[in-house]
Amino acid sequence: MSSAVRLLLGDRLVEVRDFDPQTTVLDWLRLQAHRTGSKEGCAEGDCGACTVVLGELQDDSIRYRAINACITLLATLDGKQLITVEDLASDDLHPVQQALVDHHGSQCGFCTPGFVMSLFAMAHEDRRIPGESGRAIIDEGLAGNLCRCTGYAPIVRAAQEILAEPVDDRFSRNHQQTVSALRAIERQQGLQLEYQGRRFYSPRSMEDLCRLLADHPDAVLLGGGTDIGLWISKQQRILSTLVYTANVPELHRLEINQEQARLEIGAAVSYSDAMDTLCALYPDFRPLLSRIGAVQVRNAGTIGGNIANGSPIGDMPPPLIVLGSRLVLRSATGRRELDLEDYFIEYGKQDIKAGECVEQVLLPLPEADIQFRVYKLAKRFDQDICAVCAAFALQLDGETVRSIRICYGGMAEVPARARETEGVLLGARWSQETIGQAMAAMAKDFQPLSDWRAGSEYRMLASQNLLQRFFLETTIAEPVQVGRSGLDSVLAVGAAGRS
Amino acid sequence: MSSDDVMKGDSSSMNTVVHQSTTHDSAARHATGEAVYVDDIREPVGLLHVCFGASSCAHGRIRQMDLSRVKAFPGVVAVITAQDLPGLNDISPMHTMDEEILCSGEIHFHGQALFAVAADCRDTARRAVQLAEIDVEELPAILDVEEAIRQKSWVAEPHEMKRGNPARAIEQSAYRLQGELQLGGQDHFYLEGQVSMALPQEGGDMLVYSSSQHPSELQHLVAQALGRADHAVTVEVRRMGGAFGGKETQAAQWAVIAALLADRTGRPAKIRLDRDTDMISTGKRHPFRIRYEVGFDEQGRIEGIDLNLAALCGMSADLSAPITDRAMFHSDNAYYLPHVRIRSYRCRTNTVSNTAFRGFGGPQGMMGIERVIDGIAAQLGKDPLAVRRANLYGGEGRNITPYHMKVEDNVLPELMADLAESSAYTHRRKEIAAFNLQSTVIKRGISLTPVKFGISFTTSFLNQAGALVHVYKDGSIHLNHGGTEMGQGLFIKVAQVVADAFGVGLEQIKITATHTGQVPNTSATAASSGSDMNGMAALNAVNKIKKRLVRFTTKKYGVEEEDVQFTQGQVWMGEQSMTFPELIMEAYLERVSLSATGYYRTPKIWYDRETARGRPFLYFAYGAAVTEVEIDTLTGENRIRRVDILHDVGRSLNPAIDRGQIEGGFVQGAGWLTTEELWWDQSGALRTHAPSTYKIPLSGDVPEEFNVAIWEPGVNREPTIHRSKAVGEPPLMLAISVHSAINQAIASLAPGQALPALDAPATPERILMCIQSSGKP
Repeated sequence: MSSAVRLLLGDRLVEVRDFDPQTTVLDWLRLQAHRTGSKEGCAEGDCGACTVVLGELQDDSIRYRAINACITLLATLDGKQLITVEDLASDDLHPVQQALVDHHGSQCGFCTPGFVMSLFAMAHEDRRIPGESGRAIIDEGLAGNLCRCTGYAPIVRAAQEILAEPVDDRFSRNHQQTVSALRAIERQQGLQLEYQGRRFYSPRSMEDLCRLLADHPDAVLLGGGTDIGLWISKQQRILSTLVYTANVPELHRLEINQEQARLEIGAAVSYSDAMDTLCALYPDFRPLLSRIGAVQVRNAGTIGGNIANGSPIGDMPPPLIVLGSRLVLRSATGRRELDLEDYFIEYGKQDIKAGECVEQVLLPLPEADIQFRVYKLAKRFDQDICAVCAAFALQLDGETVRSIRICYGGMAEVPARARETEGVLLGARWSQETIGQAMAAMAKDFQPLSDWRAGSEYRMLASQNLLQRFFLETTIAEPVQVGRSGLDSVLAVGAAGRS
Repeated sequence: MSSDDVMKGDSSSMNTVVHQSTTHDSAARHATGEAVYVDDIREPVGLLHVCFGASSCAHGRIRQMDLSRVKAFPGVVAVITAQDLPGLNDISPMHTMDEEILCSGEIHFHGQALFAVAADCRDTARRAVQLAEIDVEELPAILDVEEAIRQKSWVAEPHEMKRGNPARAIEQSAYRLQGELQLGGQDHFYLEGQVSMALPQEGGDMLVYSSSQHPSELQHLVAQALGRADHAVTVEVRRMGGAFGGKETQAAQWAVIAALLADRTGRPAKIRLDRDTDMISTGKRHPFRIRYEVGFDEQGRIEGIDLNLAALCGMSADLSAPITDRAMFHSDNAYYLPHVRIRSYRCRTNTVSNTAFRGFGGPQGMMGIERVIDGIAAQLGKDPLAVRRANLYGGEGRNITPYHMKVEDNVLPELMADLAESSAYTHRRKEIAAFNLQSTVIKRGISLTPVKFGISFTTSFLNQAGALVHVYKDGSIHLNHGGTEMGQGLFIKVAQVVADAFGVGLEQIKITATHTGQVPNTSATAASSGSDMNGMAALNAVNKIKKRLVRFTTKKYGVEEEDVQFTQGQVWMGEQSMTFPELIMEAYLERVSLSATGYYRTPKIWYDRETARGRPFLYFAYGAAVTEVEIDTLTGENRIRRVDILHDVGRSLNPAIDRGQIEGGFVQGAGWLTTEELWWDQSGALRTHAPSTYKIPLSGDVPEEFNVAIWEPGVNREPTIHRSKAVGEPPLMLAISVHSAINQAIASLAPGQALPALDAPATPERILMCIQSSGKP
């Protein structure tokens, strides 16, 4: 075990020791490294003014991903390359910076470094735009960056220019050196940091992770940090023992187990890493996944974390539940498996014991005739937390409902099945008349609350109407949603960019 | 300012620096992260970090405040309460004496500052604050307009504007309509939160770096709180990371608290509000309840109207009086109201004190009349555009505003016709009607709404500005003026004016931070007046220096005054020329003063508030927008499909900068009217105080078809700086077309019925509930 973190800051090797393991990347940059280009706009990963880019080894290449520095802990950067806005310009502005200047993409300039870094990551992810304006790609890539001055129009124009050509910059040219430099700081053993009684462990095997959990039953498990990061940045909570899961190889497995007819999703798999695989199996996941947080959050946040934290408004549990997912919990004493639905007991209470952690989510492979949809309602289309999230899985025998599973988030203290509604539908004719009865029955399933995301009356009415939408989508060809156009091109480019 | 100066500014010679799309002076530094905001200034040794403790009830009396654990927390250096203040415990900008720096006993809103802590590091200060034990006797709170009106709880007396006999005119009209509209507030959500750093100087002086639109007021309030003269305090503002009115008065309290702690400890002190604190403890746009009663003829022409505007002002007056006045000034928007009464109620509530926000009450006033017009159109079954056109200000007999000012510069009939044509409004309206007939769930709507916005501070004395220009021996130029840069491009516009007047390139000009020691007694950079006033003041300074240079040249070289020209880096004397730096060096050696102050006061304006008569505005800025939307009638979700804007900026000083203001203003306005919802719970606590819960527009909310054009024929008929027009606020109100279009889409569900009563913001919830209450097909 080591006592310092090593990272590449730009292309310079930096070793940081004797620091509070709760230090965020943003505080370290601004207060210690005197790199004040990255800004704090919200300290909760929602505005993107602190966006920085991480370079990580992936086989023989480097993958660049934008993240929010305000909720990422410095300790998690061990072995990675950290690129900030200060690294981009040399004698000349970086092409991304130049394009923003040329298109008048900054006004007050406070959000600009964050946009620069998001665009830099997009350019390096090779999310190029073939022929068309690629607006949907740009909107998706910039959904984690707020700008209050420009109305985005000039930033979009800059993005269109940048993404039209492959990027040629210092980073692409120095690729080999960077790979070598990252290799040189790769760690085989786990990392342990201790500072004034606060501990940070980054184990490198499932066995080590389980042992650490057994030794420190009060430890907080840290995955992407898109939730726990806020406990630190916004609540000043002191977390005396943090165990970081992202370096445990077993938890990164994302494999189709044909024998068991399921996809096995390791708990540390990020939304971004899971996206292509999930969408290949269930294309209807795509509209939801592109609206969970934004790129920066999806690059860090994990599906396992979205479940483990037990939130009633997590976006992933409803769809995973209707598809019959199961959860694997692991501890030093072994494994146990349960239906995902049963994991959520009540608000703030889950079926997990001290010393246990989520190891895998098991998602059944799609059955041939399954009709699956997931709908998210929020005040804003992109990067919002749902007022209601509804998932449906339907199988018909002719016109008769053979199986139906419906699960809602935001309607109860946990993600919950609509059992009464399902009861009306099961075995009945898939018709407008049945749907009307089922919508009425939903009032028995839920007594939603009123809060700042929506009132109870709206939640109920909209939930009932989402069942109507599902029915219409399975029966008429006409569009019945106002969602973002151009998603098909996003999907195509996304797949091409990663191939 | 002589008319001579104006004409020189007006008649652009061979110089081509103005009217060009020059990039923002800081654009490259924004993109590289080198641009320094207050929190980026390298921290001085011994810097203290300041945090304040806030109230957790809306109304109450402090029985006891035990701060012993706060003081004992390791790393805490100083703690202050209202009892520790050396000067006046007040920061009210209009001397209403109703806003304390730190609460002295009675709590007026949830989030009010009670005490402040200075500590060695930021986290220590934040943690220490949480250790306070505060015993409060809670009192009944007024949380909405209805209750405030019931209790006659005002921050300023109700005010009325009246012309003609509206009651009789409504009574005698062939058609009548009445209704109510609720408008939500809006958080500024500048990306850079409130921040100030105070550095104690010798002899009790204080230097303050702040993110403020109003350095002079901040200077005065810091001095007042310290019990010193204004000259003891210097305030510097290089740039703000956005402001939008939210740093006009709202920056002061934090600067004052930092200065108090710096003064007390003798150490520099910085305060930066985190996002949640910023949103909870600083003011926002005023929510309004608007009631109307209107009488009109079969063409939809308004004959008489009675408007009742009730504004939720919060716990103190702040700028609410002029803001609600401006709402009244814009209750006509672009329309002639033959018989009119406008009443305004300024409700004092136990909520954070609402404040300036881009448009300054104007947007709320306009929303009311645009709703009236849409209502009239629905009742008569007419195209709302036809009703709008029928009601526009016209020539003699139809050109007097409710405050008796003559509208002399109306360009809307022409501009709206141009826009209707370029946007294919009529054709698309038919297409939408056809679409709506065959679409089951999705419904579309389209609306064209105009903007007429009065330019000048309605408090006439504020319409003055100063500048300071130095030319150094090498010909380089130092430019300073009282305006502040918040991203709007003021600095580059004024630099363009100065470069143009000296006939030099922009690289000769050094743009410098706003500084109370360089230009005194400035007004806030607000009311869209920045470039109008500071551009003129700077030009006045330049012209003073040029006059001396010309006198020197004519004397030395024996040429006539009119033969001396400053252009393209050269100074021409007839056929001969020398470079600008050469002339400057010669002038210096001959002991010519190369520095001048400049000054400008806006001409023509006056207003008598007692009689509600006058000419409060030098001119009006105009524009119009067409927005097409679609809504999901099952969920209330909605999208803007297309926007077309035509906006009049006179002769633009910088078309790229102006276009940025138009695009940005529109999107900010669209956010106000759609996704941005402030939600208070029953105890009066704001629950949407971070971007996770308060949703400003994202890139994806802006339509791909976003056609923005500056109206080509535009020219200011008043002699403003290079005949340009102000552009900061007016475009925000173009977004009224978004709300109107959504309402049209809802209305399509029940053709021939009264207009649906969609309130704002039009969240999916409000839209769906509005559909429910106005009847489904």
